[in-house]
Amino acid sequence: MGERKEKSEQGKQSTEKKSIATRDAYGEALLELGKKRQDIVVLDADLSGSTKTGKFAKAFPERFYNMGISEQDLIGTAGGLSITGKLPFASTFAVFETGRAWEQIRQTVCYSNLNVKLVATHSGITVGEDGASHQAIEDVAIMRVLPNMTVIVPADGVETKQVIHAISDYHGPVYVRLGRSKVPVVMPDDYEFKIGKAHTFHLGKDANIVAMGIMVAVSLEASKILKDDGLDVGVINMSTVKPLDTETVLEASKICRLIVTAEEHSTIGGLGSAVSEFLSENHPARIIRIGIKDDFGCSGTSGELLKLYGLTAENIVKTIKEGLK
Amino acid sequence: MKPNVSEKDIAVLREKAKTLRIEILKMLTEAGSGHTGGSLSAADIVTALYFYKMRHHPNDPKWIERDRFILSKGHAAPVLYAALALSGYFDKSLLSTLRKLGSPLQGHPCSRKLPGIEISTGSLGQGLSIANGIAMGLKLDSLSSRVYCLLGDGEIQEGQVWEAAMTASHYNLDNLCAIIDNNGLQIDGHCCDVMCVEPIVNKWAAFGWHVLDINGHDMEAIVSALNEAGTLKGKPTMIVARTVKGKGVSFFEGKVEYHGLAPTHEELEKALKELKG
Repeated sequence: MGERKEKSEQGKQSTEKKSIATRDAYGEALLELGKKRQDIVVLDADLSGSTKTGKFAKAFPERFYNMGISEQDLIGTAGGLSITGKLPFASTFAVFETGRAWEQIRQTVCYSNLNVKLVATHSGITVGEDGASHQAIEDVAIMRVLPNMTVIVPADGVETKQVIHAISDYHGPVYVRLGRSKVPVVMPDDYEFKIGKAHTFHLGKDANIVAMGIMVAVSLEASKILKDDGLDVGVINMSTVKPLDTETVLEASKICRLIVTAEEHSTIGGLGSAVSEFLSENHPARIIRIGIKDDFGCSGTSGELLKLYGLTAENIVKTIKEGLK
Repeated sequence: MKPNVSEKDIAVLREKAKTLRIEILKMLTEAGSGHTGGSLSAADIVTALYFYKMRHHPNDPKWIERDRFILSKGHAAPVLYAALALSGYFDKSLLSTLRKLGSPLQGHPCSRKLPGIEISTGSLGQGLSIANGIAMGLKLDSLSSRVYCLLGDGEIQEGQVWEAAMTASHYNLDNLCAIIDNNGLQIDGHCCDVMCVEPIVNKWAAFGWHVLDINGHDMEAIVSALNEAGTLKGKPTMIVARTVKGKGVSFFEGKVEYHGLAPTHEELEKALKELKG
């Protein structure tokens, strides 16, 4: 995988709302952290150009380990480094990191509660042309089920940077899910990410959308369209899927008739499941889960795929209108 | 290479290994389940590590300059528990709680429950990667501590072991010494019938390791090999320790069924008589 040419971000205002892939924000955050903290080490499995850990590798070669194409060893080695007091970030594509090395994550990282940060890129169907083999649509489900694991899905580049800094100050296993494609910046300038705290853009009286990752921007667009149609639909960025911000979910559910979850992930086991599990036990509500319906992805452009799987503002609008009938 | 250890010291280590075996048999009998064969086959190796080679402070299990031991074949937990108890990490009376509800002596080692356990193991094939990571971290901190990792021979059928084998030699982890408890048996039978792992020595040599082929019950040979590993620069060392499953108790030796069976009370009595001779 070749590193794409990137324009220099130097000199740009931080407030500029520029679309950036969350993986690019990760690469920048790692570089910042590497300068600040000597205990940060980074491991990759032959995808450092794509996951953007290559930037750290170039700046701090003595603290970067390319493990080759061996995800299981990647996780175990990261675990060993954490035992010596290092703070390892282990990265590769989401489908390989969480799938190929799931048992290593369970046995070595979570069971021993090691301070290992798993930051995976190329999640979801927006991987695009590579097709289903490379599109992780079950990663949140299989990470969420692990005791001691925290699961975070940032909505944009700004939030991603904050997430990377926040998890470096948190002790314990964390899975961060990032994407390949550019996403618009949606989080406000004064936003401060906190693990386990959702961000509510506004609460709607008709319906509320609980979204994660790229679906936050899509949901905001849907909310705008619905407003023009006279419906008050709120949007919540549930970037920490585990532990779920149940307080926010409960508050949103109490003031509206319909909760919609939106995720670039299977509707089995992901954000929709997490919200449903909580509400069904605590405040039974009408819920519609928007996501991939027990299916694999396929090749296509990310835009085409989002449309094919119904992960668009138009489909959210249609779903909510039908749901509110 | 002759060990620079006196014959008297070797004799003391042999006695210690016998004590370990006795504790292993007693705790397994009390537990009523567990892995007898592979704990006994590793007893001499683990004795040499804990009572001769490794620098460690039982009163300060997290001492930063300690040597590290990873029991990748986690089912041999009893041999590790015996070594830790006899070293003084915890009271020997805890050994009788093995595998019981509320005990820190879990069926397979759990680092969150018991001092002296570096990392939880039990799922085969994962320990060497962890040992590599520790060796890398120690090098980053310029610490002279060494890392020891004990694997089973059946265990090296796991693919991850060979990923880790490449990593250790690629990163020149000369502060790492792995040992294979080559007792030739696994649950379903002889390793050579289930899934042949030979030629073990050639395989590790081909992966860039310095390989030593020894009798894993010859205390002098074990001590020599561990010393040689400590002097080697530039590559990791693999000690292929040829062992006998169930070693020390004639009616357990070489018996595949005692991989996962605990002794009965009658068997224990007979075994202790044999060991105490």
